Amino acid sequence: MNKQNLKRHISGQFNSELENIRHQVLAMGGLIEQQLSDAISAIHHLDSNLAHQIIKNDQKVNAFEVAIDQQCMRIIAKRQPTAGDLRLIFAISKTVTDLERIGDSAKKLANVALEKIDQSKKPLLVSLENLGRQCIEMLHQVLDSFARMDAERAYLVHGQDAKIDQQYEKLVRELMTYMMEDPRSIPAIMEVMWAARALERVGDRVQNIAEYVIYFVKGQDIRHLDEQQLSEIMASGIS
Amino acid sequence: MINLDLLKNVQPGLDLANLPIEQRAFTINNLNLYYGDKQALTNVSMAIPKGQVTAFIGPSGCGKSTLLRCLNRMNDLVDTCRIDGEILLDQHNIYDKSVDVATLRRHVGMVFQRPNPFPKSIYENVVYGLRLQGVKKRSVLDQAVEESLQGAALWKEVKDRLHDNAFGLSGGQQQRLVIARAIAIKPKVLLLDEPTSALDPISTLVVEELICELKQKFTVVIVTHNMQQAARVSDNTAFMYMGELIEYSDTNTLFTTPAKKQTEDYITGRYG
Repeated sequence: MNKQNLKRHISGQFNSELENIRHQVLAMGGLIEQQLSDAISAIHHLDSNLAHQIIKNDQKVNAFEVAIDQQCMRIIAKRQPTAGDLRLIFAISKTVTDLERIGDSAKKLANVALEKIDQSKKPLLVSLENLGRQCIEMLHQVLDSFARMDAERAYLVHGQDAKIDQQYEKLVRELMTYMMEDPRSIPAIMEVMWAARALERVGDRVQNIAEYVIYFVKGQDIRHLDEQQLSEIMASGIS
Repeated sequence: MINLDLLKNVQPGLDLANLPIEQRAFTINNLNLYYGDKQALTNVSMAIPKGQVTAFIGPSGCGKSTLLRCLNRMNDLVDTCRIDGEILLDQHNIYDKSVDVATLRRHVGMVFQRPNPFPKSIYENVVYGLRLQGVKKRSVLDQAVEESLQGAALWKEVKDRLHDNAFGLSGGQQQRLVIARAIAIKPKVLLLDEPTSALDPISTLVVEELICELKQKFTVVIVTHNMQQAARVSDNTAFMYMGELIEYSDTNTLFTTPAKKQTEDYITGRYG
C-alpha cells in the first residue's frame, strides 16, 4: 500500500483525519529526535539548563501521545477502518507508545547530565555519546521510513539494532574496567551505565517501530520472527 | 521548532446545554407529542446548532423520525397528532398560529428515505420549487440548476442530459437530485430522514460526503438507523429511546465515552 492510497477514500473527512494523525506522529517523532539529541548534547557539555529544558519538554511528548491515541480511538469508533486503514491506526497507536518511551529515555539521559560528574570522568562520556548518535540516526531513519511508509527502509533500520547492542556491550565492558580500576568512581560510572542502558532500549523501541511500518505495508506481523522468516516476508508481500 | 498547534486541530465539542442563542438553528423546549392517546415524544428539550450536522439515532419507534418531522411541521398532516411545548427557529415558535407552514417548509427543507423525484426532467425537478415561487427568468433558473446540482455533487454526472427524465438516474443519483431540489430554494435547514437507507454502500458514501459539504451552507439534521453513519457524518448526536431524549452530545464524546449506560448499550449493540 503506498501513501497515495491513503488519500483515496470517498470520504474526504476520513482522508483528512488520517493525514492529520500521520502528521502528528511525525511531529511527535521530530520532537523526540530533538529531545534525544539535546540530551546527548547536555551530557557532553554537562549543561544543566538544557537538561532541565528536556525534562520540561517531556510533558509535550506525553501530550502528543495522549492526543494521538485519542484520535485513533475516535477513528476506530466513528469510521470502522478496515484492511490497510485498520493496520495504519494500529501501527500508529503502537508507534506513539514506543515514541513516548523513547522520550522517557531522553529524560533519563537528561537526569544523568544533572549529576555532578567530575570533569576528570569526562572520557567515560565519549563512548556514551557515540552510542547516542547512533540511536538518533536510527530513530531518524525509522521516522523517515514511517513518513514514506517504506518497508524496505524500515527493514534496514530493523537490522541496525544489532549494532547498537554490540556497541552497548562494548561500552559496558569498558565501564566495568573503569570500576575495577577505581572503585570510588562506581557511583558516577553507574550513572553512565543507566544512561547507556536507556540508549540501548531506544534501539529496541526503534526496532519495534520499524516492525509496525513493515506490518502496515506488508500486512504481516513480523514480531518475534527469525532473520530467515523475516527476509522471506520482505521478498514476498502485497505492497 | 516543533509546532504544537497540530494538537489543537481536534475541535472540542460544543457545549450543547448552554449554546448561545445566535448559534442555535432550533431550540426545542419541553416538547410532548401524542398520536391519539399514545405519547410519542416525552419532554424533549434540546438546542440544534447552526451550520453543523446533528444526527438522531435510536431503535425503531423511539421517536426520532417524529421529532425530525416536528421541525417542519410534517406531523400537521396526521389528524390525531397533538403537540405541546415549543420549537423555536431563529427564536420564533414554529407552532405559533401566525406561522405560514408553506413558508416554514421553504426554510426547512426535507429529503426522505426513498428518492422521490417528480416524473419530469432533471432540470424541471431542480427548478420546481423556484417555479412555484413564480421565478420565470431562464437565466436565473439555469444558474440555480447548475449551483444546486453542483452543491449536490451531481452536476458532473448529469450536465449533458439535464432534460432527460429523472427516473433514468440511478437510486444514488436520484437521491442527490432530490437533495439538489431541496437546496435550490436555499433553505436554512435541511432535514434528512434516513437518506441513504435505500442506497448501495458506495452511493451511501457519496451522499455522506455530500452531507459533510452541505453543512458549510446549511444546518443539517439527519435521522438514521445506521449509527455508524451518524458517527461518520454528524457533529452532534442525540440518542433517543421510547420517545425520550436519553443523551445528546458531540459525536466524538457520544461514540467514545457516552455518559449514560443506555447509550453505551445501544451503540455497542447490546439492545435495541
